[in-house]
Amino acid sequence: MTLDVHAQTVGEGGWVGISIPRVEDAALLAGRGRFIDDLGMPPGTLHAAILRSPHAHATIESIRTDAARAMPGVAAILTGTELRALTTSLVVGVKAPVECWPMAIDRVRYVGEPVAVAVATDRYLAEDALGAIEVSYAPLPAVVAPLDALRDGAPLLHEGFPGNIASDRSFSYGDPDGAFASAPHRIGVDVDYPRNACTPIETYGVVAEYDPALDAYDVLANFQGPFSIHAVIARALRVPGNRLRLRTPPDSGGSFGVKQGIFPYIVLIAVAARLAGRPVKWIEDRMEHLAGAVSATNRVTRLQAAVAEDGRILALDWDQIEDCGAHLRAPEPATLYRMHGNMTGAYAIRNLHIRNRVVVTNKLPTGLNRGFGGPQIYFPLERLISRIAATLGLDPLAVVRRNLVPADAFPYRTATGALLDSGDYRAALDVALRDGDHESLLARRAAARVEGRLYGIGYAAVVEPSVSNMGYITTVLTAAERRRAGPKNGAQATATITLDPVGSVSVHVASVPQGQGHRTVLSQVVADVFGLRPSDIRVVTELDTAKDAWSIASGNYASRFAPAVAGAAQIAATRLRERLARIAAAQLNARADELVFSAGKVFSPGNPGNAIPFTRLAATGHWAPATLPEEVEQSLRETVFWTPPQLDAPNDADEVNSSLCHGFIFDFCGVEVDRDTGEIRLDRYVTMHDCGRILHPGMVAGQITGGFAHALGAALLEEQSYAPDGSLLTGTLADYLIPTAREVPEPVILHYETPSPFTPLGAKGVGEGNTMSTPVCIANAVADALGLADIRLPLLPSRLSEALHGAEPQPPHHEARPPQATQGERTLFGRGRASVDATPEQLWAMLLDPALLARVVPGADNVRRESDTRFRAEVTLGIGPVRGRYRAEIALSDLDPPRAVTLSGSVDGALGFGRGRGRLRLVPVGQARTELTYDYEAAVGGKIASIGGRLLDGAARVVIGQFFESLAVQASGRRPSLWRRLLRLFRRRA
Amino acid sequence: MSRQAPAVLDAGQRHPVRFTLNGRKAGGEAEPRMLLHDFLRHVLGATGTHVGCEHGICGACTVQIDGAPARACLTLAVQADGAEIRTVEGLALAPDRLSALQEAFRAHHGLQCGFCTPGILMSLDALLRERPDCGEAEIRETLSGHLCRCTGYTPIVKAALAAAEALRVPHHA
Repeated sequence: MTLDVHAQTVGEGGWVGISIPRVEDAALLAGRGRFIDDLGMPPGTLHAAILRSPHAHATIESIRTDAARAMPGVAAILTGTELRALTTSLVVGVKAPVECWPMAIDRVRYVGEPVAVAVATDRYLAEDALGAIEVSYAPLPAVVAPLDALRDGAPLLHEGFPGNIASDRSFSYGDPDGAFASAPHRIGVDVDYPRNACTPIETYGVVAEYDPALDAYDVLANFQGPFSIHAVIARALRVPGNRLRLRTPPDSGGSFGVKQGIFPYIVLIAVAARLAGRPVKWIEDRMEHLAGAVSATNRVTRLQAAVAEDGRILALDWDQIEDCGAHLRAPEPATLYRMHGNMTGAYAIRNLHIRNRVVVTNKLPTGLNRGFGGPQIYFPLERLISRIAATLGLDPLAVVRRNLVPADAFPYRTATGALLDSGDYRAALDVALRDGDHESLLARRAAARVEGRLYGIGYAAVVEPSVSNMGYITTVLTAAERRRAGPKNGAQATATITLDPVGSVSVHVASVPQGQGHRTVLSQVVADVFGLRPSDIRVVTELDTAKDAWSIASGNYASRFAPAVAGAAQIAATRLRERLARIAAAQLNARADELVFSAGKVFSPGNPGNAIPFTRLAATGHWAPATLPEEVEQSLRETVFWTPPQLDAPNDADEVNSSLCHGFIFDFCGVEVDRDTGEIRLDRYVTMHDCGRILHPGMVAGQITGGFAHALGAALLEEQSYAPDGSLLTGTLADYLIPTAREVPEPVILHYETPSPFTPLGAKGVGEGNTMSTPVCIANAVADALGLADIRLPLLPSRLSEALHGAEPQPPHHEARPPQATQGERTLFGRGRASVDATPEQLWAMLLDPALLARVVPGADNVRRESDTRFRAEVTLGIGPVRGRYRAEIALSDLDPPRAVTLSGSVDGALGFGRGRGRLRLVPVGQARTELTYDYEAAVGGKIASIGGRLLDGAARVVIGQFFESLAVQASGRRPSLWRRLLRLFRRRA
Repeated sequence: MSRQAPAVLDAGQRHPVRFTLNGRKAGGEAEPRMLLHDFLRHVLGATGTHVGCEHGICGACTVQIDGAPARACLTLAVQADGAEIRTVEGLALAPDRLSALQEAFRAHHGLQCGFCTPGILMSLDALLRERPDCGEAEIRETLSGHLCRCTGYTPIVKAALAAAEALRVPHHA
């Protein structure tokens, strides 16, 4: 149901539960959003650009910044040396002698790691300065895959993490050994869950200022919380919390967890501002984001089950190897422990063994990402259900039903300590099958298979946790370590309601929304309490740690808004209403507890004609405080701090109620795989949600369709891909593929509501569930279609090709030599010919003339001749979005004047490195013409390797073409033809 | 287009850039390398056009140049000299009156964070003007030039279909 917000007619049940238009939308639709890069900056604000490592693992031998410092507009250059002098390492979440800096100090450990920051009067000049910073690296061997990191002799990232292991804990619940010993079947899956990231369309942004008089930092950042990180930042900046004012802009362009990962950059830019003595602003660009923001963890899991004949799971044995990338940044290894209470998913399984190892590798450090730990556990768990059914010859639905937590068991304490608050999983499943028309899907599969088509059906049942227990992460510590550190638990939510002198209502929460419509929902919740219209309520959601009520759990993560924050607002409004009722009772000669707040008035139900306008009553505390009844101290403002009592610290048995609420999702889908191309077509996707009470159906639908699209990307397209040498292969959005409107169909959304008994409004989180259920549901369907036991995400056609067509034959012998690239570098090779109006002898002389080379090599300047056959030059090249300056060394060899020469060379710059060789042959044609033929091979690494092969090959062709065009012009002394000039003009305009 | 052939521009110098922005004259100075979105946002203060990737994939920066959708991140400010530029700020009928397309987005929850929305609106506005009878397939084809991470596209498609319908039958809008 959609209503016109201006009509403001409310149903019997109040505003909550109705899809009113969002208060946020009018400004956003008209281009009047207030995102961080839209806001005015203090006069004199400087701009930062960040130099990043092109190497996955290398020692920094030297950084020369004098040339950069001398450039116009440059105010400061920050390197690891200054950073170490002015800050303290970020805290690491495990007990180990390891440091974690926001910028490389002496050593780089992943491609994209910050190495220096240039601060200048505008961003263009700051980026220019990066090109003049000379960093000398000594490359080290890199390790990329988590299993490789554990091998003997693997390159070591941190001395304090021996064997690259940051943490290794084992847990036992019930009697897993006994169950495995006596069970008739042991069935397992091995899973290598890939890396991906939810990549919000707005990138990171920070504006920082330092006040040397107060030794205080003032930071504006599109950070999303949790504000426990405020303590981490303040500690790193060596100031008490009250000297770090952290503010958020009114609008944020999506986060999905990712904008938690901005915090190392807050430290970096804050220090840059201190060094520059002026405010400094930094807006991350997309390539920085893909290489250097944050990623979800990839995880290698072996999951084994002890299974009875009827499919009942008697015990689980989890062995998880979590890859957190190059540094263990707060709050990691939280991804591994967020699900600790619900490692049995939606199933009643009493016996478990869990081994959790955390490893470091030469990849981007990990952090919050939608689903946080859910995709990584539900993929093995729901693949296991599917494998149990296949192995025992059972219907997968029968295996699911056999193991679901029964309806009469709620609230249900899982073996690992979660308290599943409410649900009727079997009923929800039955409704989903009925209303999602499961029967017809079975018929479609049968019909397709008769025709020889590849059609499969997949299922997934998951428990979606929300409102994280701030203490769950301490499960990574032993009980003894926890006792020493002191208990950590709870999930403090805050809300403030203010009544102003004309009786209008304002709400402030520390929820830091990233597009979910918190302001709209809060206006509904508070309007219902006061009997007002949502448009009467003004909601402010940006946060200022210097002025607002907040705590460590504040922020926008763990799907905590509807269950916790909206509930806190309702409690605050209700407390204020009770005070207002006492004031009104005195004036109306009625009992406070019988008064009705409705339609902007307050009255006794027995005498509705004698009503006080709400605004007058609400203003009383300002204008006539002396008239307040004695027990009403004030009626101006109420701040509520609410934490659910169910969220205890982990106990000595390592049991933890890791989340307050547990929604239930049951998904099923039908897919068809194209037998020739391997393309996957989603025929129908049904998703059933029990997210407790629904506060705004439109927004709940939006959370589900949005989460579903993220999940579809993870299932079919997305992987942050690294070559074996640690080069990032997905450094642009042309390489890191995100689903578009062409790929995302509309899912069938169903609901089964069992309100949570633990939240004020009965709501549970809903935003993350499909990222947990959908990837494995689709994988199960594809496995069913192709009869596969092992299946890895993303389900790229190239991955399915072997199942469809058998192993790929070796390519036919190619004339060109294989490029001599080390594994993982991008390789290019090609050949071509050109015709020039000059004799071979004339051309030969030109090739050995530095001044002439400078004119014909595209982008070259300062060509220096080191010997007859060796040259050095500086070259500026732009390939796609990567434009940079490189130092080039060129050598001529195998000289056969004037007939042939081999050119070999290497380039090295801030954006990458490369080397290659090519053979050039000159053949006279007639008296004054030469036919040039060439072939080349090249390998590139670093940032330029992260842009796709299509761009690189094209760019190589263009650059070589320009070289010969210029050579021809120089040789013949003629300008290019009019046609060529026009063509160039057109290219520039296109 | 009645623009003069571009003169040779000096890389180190700022050059005057003048165009029509949402029906009004606008102008300033830009180095040849300045991108159109930086000129719009930081020289002219028209921050409605957003920047998502700066390499032409995400579509957030889409504006209309002489009526056709174009990526402001793949356009230099000096290229826009003399053009008619339309941005999201020019869509509303009045400060308090959204266009049919904008209203449809509001009614169908076609946005969440709203960051990609300006570019999507500019592409759909051009599509609905050129192809008033377009159906879902064409709308999805146009939308495939844009990345949205919040909505899963379903509500955007519904909003676009509703807007197309409303524009075909204006009195029902």
